[in-house]
Amino acid sequence: MMRLPTFRYTAPKTAAEVAEILAGEGPQASIVAGGTDLYPNMKRRHQTPKTLVSLRHVEELRGVQLNGAVSIGSNETLSDLEDNAALKAKLPALWTAVQSISTPQLRNMGTIGGNVCLDTRCNYYNQTWEWRRAIDFCMKCDGETCWVAPSSDICWAVNSSDTVPVMIALGATFTLISTRGERTIPALEMFGEDGIDYLTKQPDEVLTRIDIPDQGSAKSVYRKVRRRGSFDFPVAAVAARVEMDGDEVKAASIILNAVGPKPVVCETAVDAILGKKLTDEVIEEAAKLAGKGAKPLDNTDHISMWRKKVVVVETKRALEALAQ
Amino acid sequence: MSDSSPTSENGKDLTPEQQGLRDQLAEGYNLIGKSPLKVDGMAKAMGQTQFADDLSMPRMLHCKLLRSHVAYAKILSIDTSKAEALPGVVKVITGECMPIPFGILPVSQDEHSLCFDKVRFVGDPVAAVAAIDEATAYEAMQLIDVEYEKLDPVFDPTKALQNREEPLHDYGDDGNVHKRVSMEFGDVEQGLAEADLVLEDTMFFEGNTHLPMEQHASLAFREADGRLTIMSSTQTPHYLHKAMSKVLEMPPSRVRVIATPNGGGFGGKSDPFNHEMCVAKLALLTGRPVKVALTREEVFYCHRGRHPTLMNIKTGFKKDGAMTGMHFQSLLDGGGYGSYGVASTYYTGALQTVTYKIPKYRFDGVRCFTNKPPCGPKRGHGTPQPRFALEVQLDKAAVALGIDPADIRKNHLHPAGGITANWLKVGSMGLGACIDAVVEASGWKDKWGKLPPGKGVGLACSSYISGAGLPIYWNAMPHSGVTVQLDRGGGVAVFCGETEIGQGSDTVLAMCVAEVLGVGLTDIRLTVADTHTTPVDLGSYSSRVTMMMGNAAFQGAERAREIVAKAVSKKLEIPSVRLRFADNKIFDVQDPENWIPFAKGVQIAEAKFGTIAVAGSYTPPVTPGKYRGAGVGPSPAYSYSAAVIQVDVDQETGDVDVEKIWVAHDIGQSINEILVIGQVEGGVYMGLGEAIMEEMTYRPNRFGVHKIPSMLEYKSPTTHEMPPIDTFIIRDPDPNGPFGAKEVGQGPLLPIMPGVANAVFDAVGVRVDEIPVTPDKVLKAMNSKTKRYGPTKYPDLKITDTVRIKTLEEGGDGTAPRPAKKQKEVTS
Amino acid sequence: MSHATEGAPALSKVHRVLSVNGENHEVAFDPRKTLLEVLREDMLLTGTKHGCELGECGACTVLIDGEPKLSCLVLGLESDGVDIRTIEGLAQPDVPHALQTAYGELGASQCGYCSPGFLMNASALLARDTNPSREAIVEELGGNICRCTGYLKILEAVELAAQRLRDGTAANGGSDV
Ligand SMILES: Cc1cc2nc3c(=O)[nH]c(=O)nc-3n(C[C@H](O)[C@H](O)[C@H](O)COP(=O)(O)OP(=O)(O)OC[C@H]3O[C@@H](n4cnc5c(N)ncnc54)[C@H](O)[C@@H]3O)c2cc1C
Ligand code: SF4
Ligand code: FES
Ligand code: FES
Repeated sequence: MMRLPTFRYTAPKTAAEVAEILAGEGPQASIVAGGTDLYPNMKRRHQTPKTLVSLRHVEELRGVQLNGAVSIGSNETLSDLEDNAALKAKLPALWTAVQSISTPQLRNMGTIGGNVCLDTRCNYYNQTWEWRRAIDFCMKCDGETCWVAPSSDICWAVNSSDTVPVMIALGATFTLISTRGERTIPALEMFGEDGIDYLTKQPDEVLTRIDIPDQGSAKSVYRKVRRRGSFDFPVAAVAARVEMDGDEVKAASIILNAVGPKPVVCETAVDAILGKKLTDEVIEEAAKLAGKGAKPLDNTDHISMWRKKVVVVETKRALEALAQ
Repeated sequence: MSDSSPTSENGKDLTPEQQGLRDQLAEGYNLIGKSPLKVDGMAKAMGQTQFADDLSMPRMLHCKLLRSHVAYAKILSIDTSKAEALPGVVKVITGECMPIPFGILPVSQDEHSLCFDKVRFVGDPVAAVAAIDEATAYEAMQLIDVEYEKLDPVFDPTKALQNREEPLHDYGDDGNVHKRVSMEFGDVEQGLAEADLVLEDTMFFEGNTHLPMEQHASLAFREADGRLTIMSSTQTPHYLHKAMSKVLEMPPSRVRVIATPNGGGFGGKSDPFNHEMCVAKLALLTGRPVKVALTREEVFYCHRGRHPTLMNIKTGFKKDGAMTGMHFQSLLDGGGYGSYGVASTYYTGALQTVTYKIPKYRFDGVRCFTNKPPCGPKRGHGTPQPRFALEVQLDKAAVALGIDPADIRKNHLHPAGGITANWLKVGSMGLGACIDAVVEASGWKDKWGKLPPGKGVGLACSSYISGAGLPIYWNAMPHSGVTVQLDRGGGVAVFCGETEIGQGSDTVLAMCVAEVLGVGLTDIRLTVADTHTTPVDLGSYSSRVTMMMGNAAFQGAERAREIVAKAVSKKLEIPSVRLRFADNKIFDVQDPENWIPFAKGVQIAEAKFGTIAVAGSYTPPVTPGKYRGAGVGPSPAYSYSAAVIQVDVDQETGDVDVEKIWVAHDIGQSINEILVIGQVEGGVYMGLGEAIMEEMTYRPNRFGVHKIPSMLEYKSPTTHEMPPIDTFIIRDPDPNGPFGAKEVGQGPLLPIMPGVANAVFDAVGVRVDEIPVTPDKVLKAMNSKTKRYGPTKYPDLKITDTVRIKTLEEGGDGTAPRPAKKQKEVTS
Repeated sequence: MSHATEGAPALSKVHRVLSVNGENHEVAFDPRKTLLEVLREDMLLTGTKHGCELGECGACTVLIDGEPKLSCLVLGLESDGVDIRTIEGLAQPDVPHALQTAYGELGASQCGYCSPGFLMNASALLARDTNPSREAIVEELGGNICRCTGYLKILEAVELAAQRLRDGTAANGGSDV
């Protein structure tokens, strides 16, 4: 039986109290929401926080507000979002992403905030302590070398969140609080360049809210590549959003995920469709350009060369869906 | 059973009681072939079944094993002092305390309870801790210091063939070659020369593992009189009993092995394991019960799964598709220990011949040791790899010769009752009916070659043994024994060493006895898988249980019935031959109103003859092959399967979606029909996983670690991947089977892998000569000039002495000519 | 309860009252333990199984306030004040749940090791919807791995149980869940 290391457990009732405890305990403390990412990591000894600060009693972090814009409390469970018919109608791409996460049981437990803050993944890292000892550990945890790219000085562990690329594509913002105050940042700014410091969120900050602006007439889709119809994290994913002006693209966003430590913003691909009709040729060209931004390495399921190829196919399919 | 009632069987005259039973069965079965509730079904649905890790005892200690973190090294020293000093730790042991090696096969006694000279793979155990709880044991395990001197590991069998420095073991054929076999039946060169078409293919089958949902666990304790008892998730309590008695240096009578119901086995719990030895030793040393429950990662290290196998298959065909000869070669990647490997090696060459007529046949097989967890028997043991190669090559031949793949198979079936080139005796043979069933149901004739691009169908067939004809260690005793004890209340206590691993053996046992005695399943109480109370059954492997235990149960029940019938016949003055046992009654077939309750019959018999407890047993028939190596392949009966698989291939990504599977299985006779269907569906599921996603892979350039030892990354299909299956049960009772039954536990897995590869060809016109058929391979094949993905080179196996055996057609007698002189040294 | 639930450092046990299968139990357990460990080791409710302890197999599924969750990823410390249901509580004292009967009849348990997890998951589905489509069952049970059955008998058993619950021919629909 895999078991947890020792920790102290607290379950405050307000976000402010959470922030206070975090400020007092320093980086040795960790927030736990659904625990579906953190507890497996603790069992494998990736993280051994001294104090767990549970959000389980923090009611203010729950709930979804749907006006024109959508505001989602960070502690909302994935299955509550999945069951939210209004959300599904309004943000189908986000709903698709949520619904594709892991399994029904895990979605009953996992939260959207946890999904945003999900630890980066690598199959040299998501292993037990005993396994990692055999490779003398790696840079991300307890070791020196990156076994995926030994000459690299950054970690290539993969951002594997399903909802993050959609949130970036939709122009979401994240609101963080700490004893130092509150700040709201564009979703993209949350993510760092390297798999170790994958979040710009400070250890004492609590993610409280995710806000998604009114999408107007814009349409978006999410496409996820994985081996099986459940359980599996994405090995490549595309979120795309287009806003049309007549039959020409007025604004667009194409975001890849699960192909590197940070979600990839496909600027050249977007440039290739802006102001154009979404014809087969335009889509094909944009998909190729998007594929150039993906640099998958051999640290997830599936062959990395294949993942690079399917990024192009999936981007194409995403744009085709939006062209209809 | 046939409708005509024999008056003699195997040349022996039947007693009136036996004749009465034959007549009773000929009039129709009460239970056999129907689907009564599985005897353990409700307990399982209620969560009441006690698996090994569900057991606990007062004062119980928990054990953790420290496993090697290096792939290949000499152990210089082990310092356990820090671990021993940790509060809560009761005992730490290392290899010296159990110096006697063990292994499942007598020829491969190469495992130690804990390594003390060398470690041979990442995960090889070196020390064991017993502590008051598992968390403490885990912490202590991390405090043990082992000093290693690293050796140069070898991960690739083609390299292992060459590598002769520091071989993993100091036994075997040479260097890292564990086993090298070469046998030729008839003149294959001549056969190939007579062919109109000769195909030669090199193919690869990646390793994969059983992944039983239950992680192995064992609980051992010392009884007050010093005996040792272990309750363990093992498929082979008898073999564990033998190994344990040897390792612990205790007489077998002082060691008791109880196999708990296995939470899935599939062959993965068929070896005696290190952790079993360790808890036993720790229980003896501490005088307290000790339990070990492996983590999922450790289960991957126990492995014993499918051997990664590189194959070369060269076959000659006539224009009509008849085979003229076959030369089959296999190179097995054995991993760090012997396990069943010698048998696995032979199995890669054994069963090619029992499906279609192959008049001349040669087999060369080599198994190498590599620094990875040991391979062994997984569902289909050694035969899925060659079956894949054979069935894919047949598909290629059909295309080349312009014959429908269904016809090329059906037109050249091995005759029922015949003897194959390699001296296997085929009994009943329902493969033709299997092919007809799936061809018809799937609409094959309208689909093959005719579906739109991207969609395709593939067909493949297979066969499997219904129990190995020979035991694992040479002996002349029965392979299965069943004791039947009747009680005055009408209950029947049945004792048998068989092990329930989910395949339904408990139900088969109860049904065989209940059918003969005419009682209900709920009147039967089973005591199974306990070396101190039950007669030996060799274990749940080689699809042997229904065949062998079923026959033993039949005999035991028949003997019990005979005693009762004799007594009742006298008392009621009805001739024995007219007595029928049904519905818990004994009645006169000529006057059904004249009956007594079964319980009353037992009382009459007990008054007359004393306590009624009788045994039945089963020993398989003698096999025609007498040459060395003839022990692997013979079976009392062979099952047959055929499958048609329909796929939809994404032409841009190479992704293979298996849409539907039609499968037919020649069972001989179902004992419990719904369990048979369950085994077919389960086998198909496991085959599907092997076909499209499961693989057991390592990182040779990263210290030889297992790439993905977790439930998440070892891809087992979910409900989403499971296509609908139409199952057809072909009934063609086999004279050797109990009630005519043959196996179903393993056979239906076999056609799935080649069936998928053949369907992919039909869909997108490319050959993936490698399992699993993953999207990247399909895509690579589609983008290649050869329209093929697969290995291209086959190494020289360095065969120097091929044993030549005459086939029956050539006038052989099943023996091999004596070798002129033993040539052990291999020249390279 | 004060605003923060304090877990003691290792080895000294904590006491909690857990509501399991409708009964309150005072349990003392190592605060590091997950609900899975507390159920199996401290309450001897070994019907709940485990195959990975990392959320990757579904064998440990229990119902928490009616929702299927993985007991291997819930702390014992997080399990007070909620309604916990395990396989031991699925049947009424006198009759099995419709799912259990259907399971038995169709041989949906082979080794049976995955069964408790599947059954708890399926019971929540049927409590919500007694007429689920095949797709809905596939989706809902997609979080459980079975290595024996190939799932088909399990899916059929859920459908059979659903049918009986709709027809009113099931003895126990687990209505108190
Ligand atoms: C088998 C398995 C399969 C999975 N498959 C997928 C998948 O397909 N796609 C996918 O995206 N994910 C997947 N996951 C990961 C995970 O379940 C989800 O990402 C889930 O949403 C995480 O949420 P949580 O509440 O459980 O996070 P937790 O484990 O509670 O937290 C995760 C991290 O976020 C931090 N955190 C949580 N909430 C906050 C907050 N409000 N403020 C600041 N920090 C916070 C925690 O400190 C922790 O570091 C899978 C997990 C498992 C075990
Ligand atoms: S990418 Fe490199 S450093 Fe990062 S987790 Fe993987 S092996 Fe470690
Ligand atoms: S044991 Fe909880 S999901 Fe596997
Ligand atoms: S019945 Fe064995 S794992 Fe499902």
